[in-house]
Amino acid sequence: MEAHQAVLSPGGSDAETIATLGWVMFAGGSAIFLGVIGLAVYAHLGGETLRRRLASRRLVFVGGVLFPAVTLTALLTYGLILTGARLAAPEADALRIEVTGEQWWWRVRYPATGDAPEIVTANEIRIPIGRQVEIRLASVDVIHSFWVPSLAGKVDMIPGTVNRIRLHATRTGTYRGQCAEYCGAAHALMAFYVVALEPAQFEDWLAGQRQPAAGPLTALQKQGEGLFLSTGCNGCHAIRGTPAAGTIGPDLTHVGGRLSIAAATLPNAAASFARWIRDNQHIKPNNRMPAFRILPDDQLAALAAYLESLK
Amino acid sequence: MSDFPNALPRPKGELAELEAIWKLPRGPGVLTVVNNTYIGLAYVATALLFFVLAGILALLMRLQLAVPDNTLIDQGTYNQFFTMHGTVMMFLFAVPVVEAVGILLLPQMQAARDLPFPRLSAFAFWAYLIGGLFFFGSLFFGLAPDGGWFMYPPLTGTRYSPGDNADFWLVGIGFIEISAIAGAIEIIVGILRTRAPGMTLDKMPVFAWAMLVFAGMILFAFPAVILATFLLELERAFQWPFFIPDKGGDPLLWQHLFWFFGHPEVYIIFLPAAGMVSMIVPAMTGVPLVGYRLVVVALVATAFFSFGLWVHHMFATGIPELSLAFFSAASVAVAVPSGIQVFSWIATIAAGRLRLTVPSLFVLGFLAIFVIGGLTGVMVAMVPFDLQTHDTYFIVAHLHYVLIGGMVFPVFAAIYHWTPILSARPLSERLGRWSFGLLFVGVNVTFFPMHIVGLMGMPRRVYTYPEQMGWDWPNLLSTAGAFAIAAGVLVCLVDLALNFRFTTTGSAGNVWRAGTLEWLPNEVYGTRSIPVVSSREPLWDDANLAEDVRAGRYFLPGASTGGRETLITSPIHADPQYLLQIPGPSWRSLLAAAFTAAFFLLLTVKLVVPAVACGVLAVAMIIAWLWQTDPGANHPPVDIGDDLVLPVYVTGPASHSWWAMVALLLVAASLFIALFFSYLYNWTVSPQVWPAATGQRLPVASWPAASATAFMVGSVAMAFSGQMLARAREYGDWPVRLGIACACLALAAGALIELQGHWQTGLRPAMNSYGALVYAVIAVQCQLVAVAVFMGLYTIARSAAGMLTPVRRATFDNTLLFCHYTVGQGLLGLLIVHGFPRIAG
Repeated sequence: MEAHQAVLSPGGSDAETIATLGWVMFAGGSAIFLGVIGLAVYAHLGGETLRRRLASRRLVFVGGVLFPAVTLTALLTYGLILTGARLAAPEADALRIEVTGEQWWWRVRYPATGDAPEIVTANEIRIPIGRQVEIRLASVDVIHSFWVPSLAGKVDMIPGTVNRIRLHATRTGTYRGQCAEYCGAAHALMAFYVVALEPAQFEDWLAGQRQPAAGPLTALQKQGEGLFLSTGCNGCHAIRGTPAAGTIGPDLTHVGGRLSIAAATLPNAAASFARWIRDNQHIKPNNRMPAFRILPDDQLAALAAYLESLK
Repeated sequence: MSDFPNALPRPKGELAELEAIWKLPRGPGVLTVVNNTYIGLAYVATALLFFVLAGILALLMRLQLAVPDNTLIDQGTYNQFFTMHGTVMMFLFAVPVVEAVGILLLPQMQAARDLPFPRLSAFAFWAYLIGGLFFFGSLFFGLAPDGGWFMYPPLTGTRYSPGDNADFWLVGIGFIEISAIAGAIEIIVGILRTRAPGMTLDKMPVFAWAMLVFAGMILFAFPAVILATFLLELERAFQWPFFIPDKGGDPLLWQHLFWFFGHPEVYIIFLPAAGMVSMIVPAMTGVPLVGYRLVVVALVATAFFSFGLWVHHMFATGIPELSLAFFSAASVAVAVPSGIQVFSWIATIAAGRLRLTVPSLFVLGFLAIFVIGGLTGVMVAMVPFDLQTHDTYFIVAHLHYVLIGGMVFPVFAAIYHWTPILSARPLSERLGRWSFGLLFVGVNVTFFPMHIVGLMGMPRRVYTYPEQMGWDWPNLLSTAGAFAIAAGVLVCLVDLALNFRFTTTGSAGNVWRAGTLEWLPNEVYGTRSIPVVSSREPLWDDANLAEDVRAGRYFLPGASTGGRETLITSPIHADPQYLLQIPGPSWRSLLAAAFTAAFFLLLTVKLVVPAVACGVLAVAMIIAWLWQTDPGANHPPVDIGDDLVLPVYVTGPASHSWWAMVALLLVAASLFIALFFSYLYNWTVSPQVWPAATGQRLPVASWPAASATAFMVGSVAMAFSGQMLARAREYGDWPVRLGIACACLALAAGALIELQGHWQTGLRPAMNSYGALVYAVIAVQCQLVAVAVFMGLYTIARSAAGMLTPVRRATFDNTLLFCHYTVGQGLLGLLIVHGFPRIAG
C-alpha cells in the first residue's frame, strides 16, 4: 500500500502552500550559503584589491545588518501572509471530526449530524476531497501531536485543551500520519492513516460505518464472537450491534475494514489479529492491552477470523 | 626605563616566595587545589568526558536506527538514551565546557593571578563532577530519566512516570544548574573586577565580552528552569498540581518556563564559542578583529533577542496566531547579530593572511556548518514551515548544525589554539588535520541527510521505523557519518594523549604570535607582574611586553602580603582599587561539594535520613569554608609599584563580594519573576480554580498586614544593626547582635504569619493549581528567609568571635543586602498574593 508521509509531496492545500514556501527558502538559503562561502574563499584567496575592499567595517555592516534586514523582512512578510490566511473562519459546510490522542493510538469520532448517529472508530480517518475538514484535537493523558505531513502542518493535542486543525485534501489517496510529540514508551508506534476519497465514495463509507457490525457468517467467526464476549475483550472494546461496549480501547465495530491495526503497526489481516492478541506486548511494548498468551491457537484463529470479518 | 612601575633588579627571594605561595599541594592534597589553571583544566577534561559519554549514547542510537525495524535496542532503553544524550550534552557538556574554558583562560587574558573566588570555582567543579557522574550512572541501573531532555509534563508527572527516573533529572539537573550559576557569578565578578590596569571595557578581549554576556544570561535564564524543576518536583512529591489540567494546572506552563530558559540556553552555549572564534581569527591572521564594536554589540543584542523568542519552540501548541507572529519576527531578527559576526570574521580574514593551521581549519569548518544551521534556523522561524518540521529529523539536523557547528567546532579550535599555553608542546598539526577532516565530513554525512529524512516525514524520538517509509538509506548514511565523527574525536583524544603535557613552568608559549595577554609567559601564579594595558592586542603593540612582565617590571611582581593575592580594578576603566587576598587550597570547598551532591542524590532515591545527615555536613563544611573569608584589613596598604599604594581590604560597593552578592540577588529576582509569571499565567488559563470562581476565602487583610509589618521590622532592625556596627566603638557589639537577632526573628515571623494566614482559610496546596501557586510563593519566600536567618546567625557568630568590626564588615554588608532583598521580595509577594485576587477575582 502506498501511503504518503512527506512534506514535499503534498495532497492538501495547506501542505502545498508550505511546500512552496519550503522550496523558496531552500533556493534562497542555498544562494546565501554559496554567497557567504564564496566571500570567505575570496577573503582568503582573492586578489589584493578585492581583499582590501572586503576587509572593512562596511562589509560587516552591509553583509551583517543591511542584507539580512532586507531579505528577512521580505521573508517574514511572506510568512505572515501565509499565517494570516489561517485566521479565517471555518467554512460553513466543513466536515467536523474529533480526534483524541491516547497512549498510543488515536480515537476518532464523527459527531452525530441530524438523525445520523455518531461514529466512533480508531487510527484511521476518512475524508472527502475538495471539502474543508475541521478536526478537534484533544488528549486524555499526555501531550501528543497530530501530524499528516502530506496534508498539513502539525498541531499538538494537549490535555485540558482542545486545539483545531483544518485539512483540505486536493487529491485522493492514502496519507500516513504519525504522533510528532514524544508521548512515552511506544511513541514510535503511534501512527494512523488518512484516506482522502471522492465525495460520493466518502458518503458511501460513512453510511457503512453508521451500520452496526454485521453478524458472524461462518462457524469460526461465530466462535470468535463468543470468545470476544467471554474472554474479556468486551471489557475494553466496543462492537456496535453486540453487547460489547467497552470504551478503554479502540472501537472495533468495523475494524476489519481498516487499513491497519494497533495504530498502523500491523497490516490488517487475520494473522495480524492473532499475533497482536497473543504477542502485543512484544510488538508494541507497554501498550495498555494485556497479552492473551493463554489462548490456544484454535481460539486465536476464531477471534482473528471474527475480527477480520468486521468490515 | 623609569616609566615602568617597578625597577629592576627585583629583590632576591621575591620570585621564590611567589612560587612557594602558589605551589600545588602535594600527595592527596592535590585534590584541594583551587588555582584557576588546575580547576579550569580539570573542568574542561570532565566536560570532554561527558561529551564522549553522551557521544557513545548517540552512536548506540545510530546503530539502532541504521536499519528499519531494528531490535538492537528496545524502546525503553532507547528512550533513556535520547533523554540522556540531550541532557548530558546540554547540561553536562556544552554549558560546563564553555564555563570551564572561561575559568581556565579569563584570568590569563586579563593578567589576573586567579579568579576572585577560587574556592567557589573549586566547589562548582566538584559539585559538577560528582553530581554529573552519579547522574550519568543512573543509566546503568535503568533509573535514567526517559521523559526527553525537555521533560514535558504530564508525561513526567507521577501518573505517567511513577519511577525515580524523572526525579533523577529534576534533582540532578537542578543541582548541576546551581553549580553553573556559582560559576557564572565567579565569571561576572572576575571579568568586571580583575582586569589588568588600563584594560577598559572597550579593550577587553572579545572572549571576555562573550563570557560576560554568557554569565549574565545564565543569571536570568537558569532560574526559570530551576523554578520549573522545583514546581514539578513539588507536584511529584506532594501532589501540588501545577501542571495537572484536572486541577487547574496547565502543561504549557512547564513549556513556557522551560523554553524561557531553553532558548537562551542555545545562545548561552553559542556566544562563548563565537567569542573564541573572535580570538582565534585575529591570532591566525595577524590583524585585529574588523568591527570589534559591532561584534560586541552583536553579542549583547543576541542575548537581548534570545529572551524574546522562546515561544518558537511552541508554535504547534495552539497558541494564538498573533503572538506567533511576534515570536516569529523575533526569531528571524536574532539572525542579524550572528550575521554581523560571520561577516566580521570574513572581513578579518580578508584584512590579514589566514594561516591554515588546525585552529583555522576548525574555524572555517565552523563557519560553513554554522551558516547552514543559521539558514535552517530562519526557515523554522517561519511558523507554517515550522509546523511541518517541528519535532522531525529536520530539527535534529538543524540543531546539530547549530550546536556542533556553532559550539563543538570552536571548542576543538580552542583546544588546538590554546594548548600551547598549558602544555610543553603544541598538539600535532598532522593529527589535528585528520581530526578536523573526519569531523567535518562526519558531521555533514551524519546530519545533512537528516534534513531530507525529516522532510520525508520522520519524527524525532522514535526508536524504530517501518521499512516501507523509504527512510532507510538516509538513516544508514547518518549512522556511517556518526562513526566518522567518533573517529575524528578519537584522533583528537589520541593527539591529546600523545602531545598534551601540562606544565606551569615551561609551556610552548606564543606559537601563533597572538596579541592578547593569555600569551604572556604564565606560571602557576599567573604572570610575574601585572602589565598596564593600552590596546586590545598589547603583545603586538609592545614587542618587549612579555620580557618586561616576566622580569617583574610591572605591578605586583611579588606577594606583597605574603599570601595569594590579585589586583581588583574598577569595572569600567580598570583602575587599580585594592589588593584582594584570595584563599589557597582547601578541603572545605571539596567536602562541601561532595556532601551537597550526596544530599541531593540520597534525596532522589528517597533515603531521607542519610540525606539529612549529608545535608548537615554540607552546611557545616560551607560554614567552615566561609569562616576563613572576610579577613579584614589584616595588612597595611601595599605599594604595588609606581607609588601606587592599595588597601588590602575594602567593603561596600567597591568590594568584589558586594558585586557577587548583587549577582546572587539577581538570580533570586529572576526566579521570583518566573514564579510571578507562573501565577499570572495560571489566572489566564484556569480562572475556574481561582477564589472568585471557587468561593475560596482569602485571608482577611490583617494577616498580610501583620506579615508585612514583621518583614519591615526585620529590615529596620538590620539597618539599625548597621548603624550600631559603625559606632561599635561607642556602644559595643551587643546592639549589633541584638539587631540581627531581632531581624531574624521578624523575618521568620513574617513568613510564618503568611503561611498561617492562608492555612487557616482552609486553602491547601494539593487542592488545585491556585492553592499550589500560593503556597509556592510562600515556599520560595520561606527558603529566602531560611537563608537570611542562617546568614544572620552566622554574622552574630562572627561578631561573637570578634571578627566583626566597623572596618571588617563585608560579612555584615552581605547579610544586610540579603535581608533587605528578602524583605522586598516578601512585600511584593504579599502584594501579589493578597492584592491580585482581590482586584482580578
